[in-house]
Amino acid sequence: MQETLEKILRTYHENEGNVISLLQEIEESFGYLPEEAINWFSEQLDIPPSRFYGIATFYSQFHLKPRGENIITACCGTACHVKGSERLINSLMRELQIPSGEDTSEDRKFTVEKVNCVGACSIAPVVIINKEVHGKMTADRLMKEIRKIK
Amino acid sequence: MQEGNIVVKVCMGTGGIAAGGTAVVSAFREELETAGVSASVEKNCTVHNVGCRGFCARDVLVDVIVDGEKTTYEYIKSDMVSRIVEEHILQGRPVEEWVVKDDYHTFHEKQVKVVLSDCGEVDPEDIESYVNRGGYAALSKVLTTMTPEETIGLIKASGLRGRGGAGFPAGLKWEFARKAVGEPKYLICNADEGDPGAFMDRSIIEGNPHSVIEGMVIGAYAIGASKGYVYIRAEYPLAVERLKIALDQARRKGVLGDDIEGRGFDFDIKIKLGAGAFVCGEETALIASIEGNRGMPRAKPPFPAQKGLWGKPTVINNVETLANVAYIVRNGADWFAQFGTEKSKGTKVFALTGKVKNSGLIEVPLGISLREIIYDIGGGIEGGRELKAVQTGGPSGGCITAGMIDIAVDYESLAKAGSIVGSGGMVVMDETDCMVNIAKYFLEFTQAESCGKCVPCRIGTKRLLEILERITDGRGRPGDVELLEKLSNDVRSASLCGLGQTAPNPVLSTLRYFRDEYEAHIHEKRCPAGVCKNLLTYSILEEFCKGCTMCARVCPAGAIVGEKKKPHKIIEEICVKCGACFETCKFKAIKKG
Amino acid sequence: MTVSITIDGRTVKVREGATILQASRENDIYIPTLCDDPRLEPYGGCRLCLVQIKGMARPVTACTTPVSEGMIVETTNEEIENLRRTIVELLLSDHPNDCMICEKAGDCTLQELAYFYNLRENRFYGERRQYAESDGNPFIERNMEKCILCGKCVRVCNEVQGVSAIEIAYRGFSAKVCPPFEKDLDCEFCGQCVSVCPTGALMGKLSMGKGRQKDIEKVESVCPYCGCGCNITLHVARNEVIRVSSRPDSLNEGWLCVKGRFGFKFNSSPDRLKHPLIKRNGRFEEASWDEALDYVAQRLGEIKEKHGADAIAGLSSARCTNEENYLFQKFMRAAVGTNNVDHCARY
Repeated sequence: MQETLEKILRTYHENEGNVISLLQEIEESFGYLPEEAINWFSEQLDIPPSRFYGIATFYSQFHLKPRGENIITACCGTACHVKGSERLINSLMRELQIPSGEDTSEDRKFTVEKVNCVGACSIAPVVIINKEVHGKMTADRLMKEIRKIK
Repeated sequence: MQEGNIVVKVCMGTGGIAAGGTAVVSAFREELETAGVSASVEKNCTVHNVGCRGFCARDVLVDVIVDGEKTTYEYIKSDMVSRIVEEHILQGRPVEEWVVKDDYHTFHEKQVKVVLSDCGEVDPEDIESYVNRGGYAALSKVLTTMTPEETIGLIKASGLRGRGGAGFPAGLKWEFARKAVGEPKYLICNADEGDPGAFMDRSIIEGNPHSVIEGMVIGAYAIGASKGYVYIRAEYPLAVERLKIALDQARRKGVLGDDIEGRGFDFDIKIKLGAGAFVCGEETALIASIEGNRGMPRAKPPFPAQKGLWGKPTVINNVETLANVAYIVRNGADWFAQFGTEKSKGTKVFALTGKVKNSGLIEVPLGISLREIIYDIGGGIEGGRELKAVQTGGPSGGCITAGMIDIAVDYESLAKAGSIVGSGGMVVMDETDCMVNIAKYFLEFTQAESCGKCVPCRIGTKRLLEILERITDGRGRPGDVELLEKLSNDVRSASLCGLGQTAPNPVLSTLRYFRDEYEAHIHEKRCPAGVCKNLLTYSILEEFCKGCTMCARVCPAGAIVGEKKKPHKIIEEICVKCGACFETCKFKAIKKG
Repeated sequence: MTVSITIDGRTVKVREGATILQASRENDIYIPTLCDDPRLEPYGGCRLCLVQIKGMARPVTACTTPVSEGMIVETTNEEIENLRRTIVELLLSDHPNDCMICEKAGDCTLQELAYFYNLRENRFYGERRQYAESDGNPFIERNMEKCILCGKCVRVCNEVQGVSAIEIAYRGFSAKVCPPFEKDLDCEFCGQCVSVCPTGALMGKLSMGKGRQKDIEKVESVCPYCGCGCNITLHVARNEVIRVSSRPDSLNEGWLCVKGRFGFKFNSSPDRLKHPLIKRNGRFEEASWDEALDYVAQRLGEIKEKHGADAIAGLSSARCTNEENYLFQKFMRAAVGTNNVDHCARY
C-alpha cells in the first residue's frame, strides 16, 4: 500500500493536482477510499481530513467501502427510465441477492449501481457491465450476461 | 484499383462501440488483410474510426466508399463483414439488403449540420483529417487578421447564444471577461453534461474534439485567457481519451501551447475530470470543483467573468457553444445568422429519444417546428401509438403537449410554453407514459443531486418528491395539487442556484397541461396511463387465456395459479404488479387497469 | 466612498462595498437571517434574507449582494414574507419538535422565527433526518437532527480557528456536519462552533440541564486564564456558573478558547483556594491576608540581608494583566533590588 500511496503523491505534485484528483487516483488504485490512505495524505499534505471526507461524500464517484469484483452500472437517464431501467435494476437485485438498501452482494462479487445518464440514450436502456456498454438491454439478455460472470 | 479509392468508415461513438463497433473494425482489418494477399486491396483500403453520426439506434453504421461512391450499411455485426468485403469491395456489388433504407435519409434531410458537420466524417484521433476538412483555418484567420475585439464583435454579430441551458449571448460573455481586470484569465469548457437524456456534448467530443479545441483557442485569444480547462464527466471515458489525444496532437502541431502559430500567443488546456455531481454544471459550482472543493454554488454577483476561478476573470462556455465558434469564423457571422430566428440564431443539436422511431442526435436550425422534428426526422411515434408530450430541457425543463406540436423550437417560444431549450434533451412520450410519474422521475433526479447548501432546494425538493410519491402511490390527498404548485413556486423563487430554481419546472409544466392526470391519481386512485404500480391491478381475461402457463412461469412472486390448458388466475394479494405477465402473454389475456 | 441607496423607502448613505444586509443593519432595518454572522464570510444558504431589488427578476440574498448607487431595495413585502415563511416551515418539517426539553429554548433563532411566523401547523411534514449516534467527547453535545446546515460552525472552525475539525459531508437532504469519517469530535474543543450555532444542534455538555434561559443571570467578567483578558459573560443560575459566553462586540469579538469557554468548573470547586495558606510544621494552615503578606515581606527581607538581593528571583504569570506584570518587575527591581525577574510566557 505504502508504495502505491507514494506513487499517487508524486503524480499529485507533478500534475499540480487537487483533493479531487487525488481522491480519484486513490479510488482508481484501491477501488475505494481506504481511511488509512486518506489519513496518510492528510498528514503528508497538511490538508485536514475533514476536507477529504466532505469531498469524498459529496461526489458520487467516490466510495468509502470496498466494492464488488464486478461492477454493474444501470443507466437511469430519462430515455432509459421510460424504456424500463427500473425493471432491469429490480431483476438484477433479485438475481444477485443484494439486500435492499445495499449495493453490493454479501460475497462482494457484485456491485450494482445506478448512474445518471451515460449519454447513450438512443440505445436505451443501457447497462454497463465491467466498463463494457450494453445497449437495448432486456431482462433476459441481462441475466445471460450476468450468469456468464457469476 | 488506385490507392486510397476504397474507404471504410465505421461508426465508433459510444453507441457504435456498444453495438460491437470494435469487433466490426477488426473484422474489416482482418478480412481486408486476408483478401489483400492477392488483390492488393489491403493497401488501397483504409479503415477509419469515425465519431457519432447521430443515428445510434442503427449502429453499427458502416460507410463503404468506393471511388467516391458512398454506401451506408446499418446494423452491421462483425460476422457480416466478410460478405461486405467479398461482394462489395472485391466484386463491386453492394449488399443491398443491409444498405440503409429511405428513413435513414429522411432522418438526415431536414437537418442542418454545423457543429456536427464533420462528426462522422473526420477521424477524431487524427488531427490531419480535421485539418484536411478546413480545421484550424479559423484559428489562423483570427490570429493573423483579427484583433480580439474584432473576434468578439464577430461572435456577437453571429447571435450565438450559450448552448448549455441559459442561452446567454456568447459574445457578450466574452466581452465582459475581456474588459474585466485581473490576470491570468481563464476559459473553461463545460463538458459536465449531466442532463439525463442529453448526449450532444459527449458526441461532439468523441466525434470531433478538435472543433472544441479550436473554439477554445479562439475564445482564449478573444478574452485574453492564457489557461483553459475542459471540465468533463468521468462517465465519458471515450470522450476523455479522444480529447487527450487531440490535445497532444494540437500541441505538437503548434495550435495549442506556447507561441501558437508563431504569433506570440500562449494558451494551454488541461482536462479536469468531474467526479459525479450534476450541480457542477452550474458555473460557480464547477469553479469550486476545479479548485478541488465540494461543488457547492455561491451567490452571483460577482459573476465568474469578474471573479471566477481562483478569483480571476473566467469564461465558462458549453461544448456545443465552443464547437460553433470555428465554423462561424470560417464562414462569417451572416452565414451563421441565416439559420434560426430573429433572437435564436444558428442551429442546435438535440438528443431525440424516447418513444420516437428514429432516436438519435440531430442538428436543426432553431425555429424549426416540433412537428418536423418528431415526424419528419424522428419518423413518428414508435409502435404507431399517439404522441402525448415532448419533454425538453431535461430536469430543468418542461413538457410540450401534442396539441402544441407546431410550436417553433427556439429559446423564446419554448420559454413561453413553460419549457426551455436547455442543453437539448428531447424525450418523446406517448399515451403509455404517465406525466405524474415523469415529474416524479425528474424530481428524484434533482433531489438526489441537490448540493444541500440552501434550504428551499435541500428540503423543498425533498418535500415535492414526497408529495409526488404519495400521489403516484395512491396516497394523494385533496389539496396536494395546490400544495405542489405553491411549494414549486417558492422553491423556484428562493433557491440559490439554477438547479433549485429550475427543479420544480417539470412539476409546474405537467401541472399546467396535465392537471387532470394528477387529479385522477388523487381523487380516483387511478393512473390513466397505466404506469403507477400501486394504482394498477392485473387480472386474467378467462375467455382469452389458453392456459399456456407462460405467465405463471415469469411471475416472480408466484401469484399466478391455474392448471395447464385451463384459464389461470392472479392472486391479487400476492401480486407485486411488476407487469412481467402482461408483457409475456401472447394472447392479450392479461388486463391491466 | 459612499453610495446612496433606498431601503424600504428610506434613502440612506452607506459605504461602498457593503452588502445590503450590512447597510440595513447599520440603519436599524431588520432582516431575518440564520446563516449570517458578520464575523464570517457570507454564505447565502438559509435564504431568509431574500430582498427584492427594483429591476431584478428574482429576489436576492441581502447577505451576499453588494450595494450599488441608486439601488432600490425592499426588505419586506407579501411575496418575500411568504418565501421566508415557507423556508422556516421547511426547516421545521425536518426538525425535532422538542422545544419543551431543548436546552436552547429561549435562545434559539429557529424557535424565534417559528414564533414570529406563527408556525403551529406544518404543511410539509415528511421524512425527518434521524441520527442515532451520540458524540462521546467531553465538551460538545452534538445533536445533528437539530442542525439546519447554516454552515456557521464549519466556517468558524475553518476561517477563525484554522482547525477544520468538521466539514459538511454528503449532499442534499443527507448533508450533515461531521468530523472526518463521522467519528467522535477530536479537536481543540474551543467551542467556537457552539457559540455560533443558531439552534440546539451544538451545545456545551457542561451546561445541559442546568437551567432555563429565564433563570439565567448574565454577569460580565474577564477571563482569568491568560493575559489576553478576553471579555466573558458568565451565565449564572442558582448561584452557579453554568455556561460562559462572550459578546461579539467585545474586544475579543466573542471568540474564546477551550479554557475560557469550558474551564469554569473551578469556580464552584470545593478545592478552590479562597484564603492564603502558610505552611507551618509541614502543613498548610489558613491565614489572613495581612498575616500572609507580612510573612512574605519578612522572609524576603531576611533573605536579602543574609544572601544579597540577587539571591531572590521573581517569576510572574501570564494570567496577570500587563499592569500587574509591570508592577511586579518594578517591585523586584526597585523594592527587592534585583533584575532576576521573569515571566512564564517567555518560554
